[in-house]
Amino acid sequence: MSCPDVIVVGGGIVGAACAKALADDGQRVVVLDQGSCAGGATASAMGHVVVMDDSDAQGALTIWSQTLWDELADELPAGAERETCGTLWVAADERELQRAHTKQEWYADRGVAAELLDGEAVAATEPALRSGLVGALRVPGDSVVYPPVATMWLLKRARDRGATVEEHVPVARVDGRGVELEDGTRREAGAIVLAAGHHALALLPRQLPGVALRARKGHLAITARYPGYLTHQVAELGYLDSAHGHADVSVAFNVQPRATGQVLIGSSRQFGPTTSGVEPLILARMIDHACSWMPSLRRLEVIRSWTGFRAATDDHLPLVGPVPEEVGLWLATGHEGLGITTSLATARLIADGIAGRPSAIDAAPYLPDRPQPELADG
Amino acid sequence: MDDPRGQPPASDGISLAAAEWNAGRRAFHRSPHGSARGPVCGMGVCHECRTTVDGQPHVRTCGRSARPDTRIGDVATAWYKLPRGGAQRRKPDAVTHFPSVAVLGAGPAGLTAAVHAAEAGASVLLLDENPRPGGQIWRCDHATGAPPPAHDMHRRAYDAGVSTLVGARVVHAGPPTRLFALDADDRVHDIRAEDVVLATGARELLLPFPGWTLPGVMGAGGLQALAKNGLDVRDRRIVVAGSGPLLLAVAAALRERGGRILAIVEQAPRRRVLGLGPRLLAHPSKLARGLKLTHALRGVRRLYSSWIVSADGSSDDGESLASIDVHTPGGSESIPCDLVAYGCGLVPQTEVAQSLGCRLESGAIGVDQDQRTSVDHVFAAGEVCGVAGLDAALVEGAIAGLAAAGRTAAASGLRRRRDRERRFARTFLAAWTLDDRLRALPTDDTIVCRCEDVPFGAVRFHTDPRDAKLRTRCGMGPCQGRMCGPALRWILGWRLDTVRPPYSPVPLEALATIGACVQAR
Ligand SMILES: Cc1cc2nc3c(=O)[nH]c(=O)nc-3n(C[C@H](O)[C@H](O)[C@H](O)COP(=O)(O)OP(=O)(O)OC[C@H]3O[C@@H](n4cnc5c(N)ncnc54)[C@H](O)[C@@H]3O)c2cc1C
Ligand SMILES: Cc1cc2nc3c(=O)[nH]c(=O)nc-3n(C[C@H](O)[C@H](O)[C@H](O)COP(=O)(O)OP(=O)(O)OC[C@H]3O[C@@H](n4cnc5c(N)ncnc54)[C@H](O)[C@@H]3O)c2cc1C
Ligand code: FES
Repeated sequence: MSCPDVIVVGGGIVGAACAKALADDGQRVVVLDQGSCAGGATASAMGHVVVMDDSDAQGALTIWSQTLWDELADELPAGAERETCGTLWVAADERELQRAHTKQEWYADRGVAAELLDGEAVAATEPALRSGLVGALRVPGDSVVYPPVATMWLLKRARDRGATVEEHVPVARVDGRGVELEDGTRREAGAIVLAAGHHALALLPRQLPGVALRARKGHLAITARYPGYLTHQVAELGYLDSAHGHADVSVAFNVQPRATGQVLIGSSRQFGPTTSGVEPLILARMIDHACSWMPSLRRLEVIRSWTGFRAATDDHLPLVGPVPEEVGLWLATGHEGLGITTSLATARLIADGIAGRPSAIDAAPYLPDRPQPELADG
Repeated sequence: MDDPRGQPPASDGISLAAAEWNAGRRAFHRSPHGSARGPVCGMGVCHECRTTVDGQPHVRTCGRSARPDTRIGDVATAWYKLPRGGAQRRKPDAVTHFPSVAVLGAGPAGLTAAVHAAEAGASVLLLDENPRPGGQIWRCDHATGAPPPAHDMHRRAYDAGVSTLVGARVVHAGPPTRLFALDADDRVHDIRAEDVVLATGARELLLPFPGWTLPGVMGAGGLQALAKNGLDVRDRRIVVAGSGPLLLAVAAALRERGGRILAIVEQAPRRRVLGLGPRLLAHPSKLARGLKLTHALRGVRRLYSSWIVSADGSSDDGESLASIDVHTPGGSESIPCDLVAYGCGLVPQTEVAQSLGCRLESGAIGVDQDQRTSVDHVFAAGEVCGVAGLDAALVEGAIAGLAAAGRTAAASGLRRRRDRERRFARTFLAAWTLDDRLRALPTDDTIVCRCEDVPFGAVRFHTDPRDAKLRTRCGMGPCQGRMCGPALRWILGWRLDTVRPPYSPVPLEALATIGACVQAR
C-alpha cells in the first residue's frame, strides 16, 4: 500500500470526525483502531450535544461544534437518533437561580438563545420534576445524538471519500512520521493524528511535560420506553460542581430523553477505579440523587446499566494540536465529558492545522503544550 | 411467603396473558416499528406479553394472575401515566436472609438440591421467579396443581424445613455468593448464603423465520406453559414445529387439553430420530415414557427433515397468525392454523452464573464431579449445566444439594448414575442436531431482534454481538438479548455477550436499594 497522507489512530467519535474532516480536505486517510470503532468511551456516552459555559475556551469550542452538528442534521441517518430537545438547567433555590441568570447573560453575549423559566413554567415544561423548583434556564438549541451510530456514519463518509478503516489493529507507538503496530510492523504517513482516547499519551515517543490524562469513570442507566415522560435533557445547575470538582466520587442529576422514548439517567464521576464493572453503590447514589429531582423516576424500569471512562485533563479542556518537538504528530484527546459534542470542532482544528489554514476560533487554548494548572490533589 | 402445608400454594387462577388471549387479544403491545406482538416464551424471558396494566406500562402478563377488575391499557397508545412530581417516598428496606444454602431455581434440579441439602441438616432457602415452584416440566397447572412427582418433592421439602421464596427473581448477584432478588411486590431480598446452588434451567431457542413475530407463533414449551396457566387451546388448530424431544411432550400435552395437533414438524431426519428407539431398551423408565408419548400422539401427522419457512397473517388485520409454509422433503406445503408451538432446542440460562464468575463450557456452566462450579461455594445442577432432561436434573440436584451441605461422601455414590444420564443425553440429543440449512431461514428483512425490530440484513455481517448491539441496537431491548442472542450465536457463530445488572428490568428504586445493601455489608 502506498503511504497515506494521514494515519488517524483511534476510531472513536474524535478519530472518526478527524477522518471525515481530513478526507473532506482531499487527504488520503487511514484509520486504525485496536478494537472495534466506536467501542471505547464513545460507546458509553450520553450523547448530549451541549453548549458549556465553564470557560471561554470551552464555550467557543462547544458553540462551534453545535453549529457543525446542526449542519449535519439532515444528513445523519435515523439511527443516529438526533433530536434538538434542548437543555433545561434546573434551579433548586435562589442561589442556583442566580447562576441561571449569570448563565443566561453568558449565552446572550455569545448569541446563544437561552430563556429563563419561573417555577410554574418549569413544572409545565417538565411535569416529572419535583414540585417547588424555583426556576430554570432553557437552552433550546442543544441536542442529543446516539454516538456509536453517528461515529460509524462519520467513518462511512470518510470512506466514501477514499479513507480506509482498519479495525483490530493495535498501535504500540507513534511519532511524527508513522506508527509502530503491536505486531512490530511500521506504517508511515505524512501526518499522524493520535485520537486514542484516554490511552493516547502512552503511545507518544516521550512524555509531555506537565500534561496528564486521568480516566474518570462514569455510570449510566437506561429505562424501558416511556414516550413523553421527558422532553428536554434536564440537568441541575450545580452540575459543573460535580464536573469540575476534584472529589474522588461525585454524582449529578442529568437525564436525557432518547428518540426511542427511553430515559437515560446520569451521571457519576469517579477518579481511581480502573475496572469497568458496574458498582452498585455508585449506581445507587446516582439514582437516589436523580430521584430527589424527579421522584417518579423511581418507578420506571431500568433495563441496563453500564460504565465508561472519560479522558480528563487538569484544566478540563481537550488536548488538540501539534505535539511539540515532533513535527507531523497531532494530538486529539482529553475531551472528558464533552467529546461527543466537541468532536466536530476538534476535527476542524486538526484539519485546519494540517492544511496550514487559520481556524474559525483561536486554537491556542487547546494546544497540548499550554500551561496546565497545578492541582492541589495531584 | 413460606407455604404452611408443604403443598404448592393453591391456584391463583389463570394468568393475565391467558385470560387476555382467551378474550381475543392478539396485540399485547407494539414493537418499536409498530407491529403487533403477543406472548411467546411463557416464562418471563421474551417480554412480548408486556402491556399496560392498571396504568402501569411494561407489565409482563404471563407471570401475573388475572383479576376481574384489571384494566388493560390501549396498546396503540401504550404510554404511561404515573403520579408525577410530589415528594420522594422513602426507599423500602430490603429483607435479609442468612441461609446456609441458597438454591436458585425451583425446578426438578433445584427442588431436589434443596431437599437433599435440608435433609443433610442445612438451613435452605429455595427461590424462584415463578409464583409456584416446579420449574418447567413440573410447572403447576392452574386447575389441577402440581404433577404427582412434584407433589412428593414439595412434601419432602416441607418436611425437611426448606424455606421458599417464590415470585422472586434474582436480578443482581455479587461475589462470592450474594444474591439479590425482587419479589412480586418489588421488594428487594438480600440473600447471604454460605453456599449457592444454581439451578436456573434452560430457555427455548427460537430460530427466526419470516413471520415468526406474528402473535400466535409461540415457544413450544412456551405455549405449554401458557396453556397450564389457562390459555384455552380447545379446538385450536396447532402446528408443533422445530426440533427435539420436547416437541412430542408439548404436542401430547396440548392434545390432551383439546388442541387439534395438525402436524409435528421436526427438522431432524426420520431415520436418525427413529434410530434412537433401540437405545431406549437399556433405560426402561425412558422407554415407558416414550411409549406413552407415542400412544398419546397416535394418528398425529409427523413430518421429518421439515421446517417452517414462513408464517402469514390473516387477511383482515394481518396481525394474527393464519397459516404457515413448511419445507418438506416432498416440496413445500401451506398449513392454515391458529397457533404454532415452535422450539429448536434449549439454551442454558447462565446469566447469574456468568456474573458470579463461573466458568462456562460450550454455553453451559462447567462443573466437577460434585457439581461444583469454578467458583468456591457455588454449585450448579440441572439444565443450566447442559441440556440433559429430567433424570439428569434430579440426580445432579441431589449431588449438588448434598455437596453444598458438606456431604460429598454421600454424593459420591450418585456420580455413576449422573454420568450415565449425561452420556445418554449426549448421544440421544445428537439425533436432533440442527440442520445447517436453518441458518438460511431469516431473509434480510426478517426481524431477528424482536425487542428492537432489527432485521437480519442489519446484523448478518457482524461478527461480534457488542459491535452489532452498538451499531444496530440488536440485543438492546428489555430482554437484553435473551431471545435474539442464542439464535444469532447459532446462525452467525457469535460469542456469548457479557452480563450486566440488572439481569431483567427492575424499577430504578430497587437498584438503589440493592446498592445500599451492598454498602451495608
Ligand atoms: C458516562 C459518560 C457520559 C458521557 N456523556 C457525554 C455527553 O453527554 N456529551 C458529550 O459530548 N460527551 C460525553 N461523554 C464524553 C465522550 O464519550 C468522550 O469524550 C468521547 O467519546 C471521546 O471520544 P474519543 O474518540 O476521543 O475516545 P474513544 O471513544 O475512547 O475512542 C478512542 C479509540 O481509540 C482506540 N485506541 C486506543 N488505544 C489504541 C491503540 N493503542 N491503537 C489503536 N487504537 C487505539 C480505542 O479502541 C477507541 O476506539 C461521556 C463520557 C462518559 C464516560
Ligand atoms: C419452556 C420449557 C418447557 C419445557 N417443558 C418440558 C416438558 O414438558 N417435558 C420435559 O421433559 N422437559 C421439558 N423442558 C425441559 C426442562 O428444562 C427439563 O426437563 C427440566 O425441567 C429441567 O429442570 P431444571 O430444574 O434444570 O430447570 P427448570 O425446570 O427450567 O427450572 C429452573 C427454574 O429456575 C428459575 N429461574 C431461572 N432464573 C431465575 C432467576 N434469575 N431468578 C429466579 N428464578 C430463576 C425458573 O423460573 C425455573 O423455575 C422444558 C423446558 C423449557 C424451557
Ligand atoms: S430480542 Fe430482546 S433484545 Fe433482541
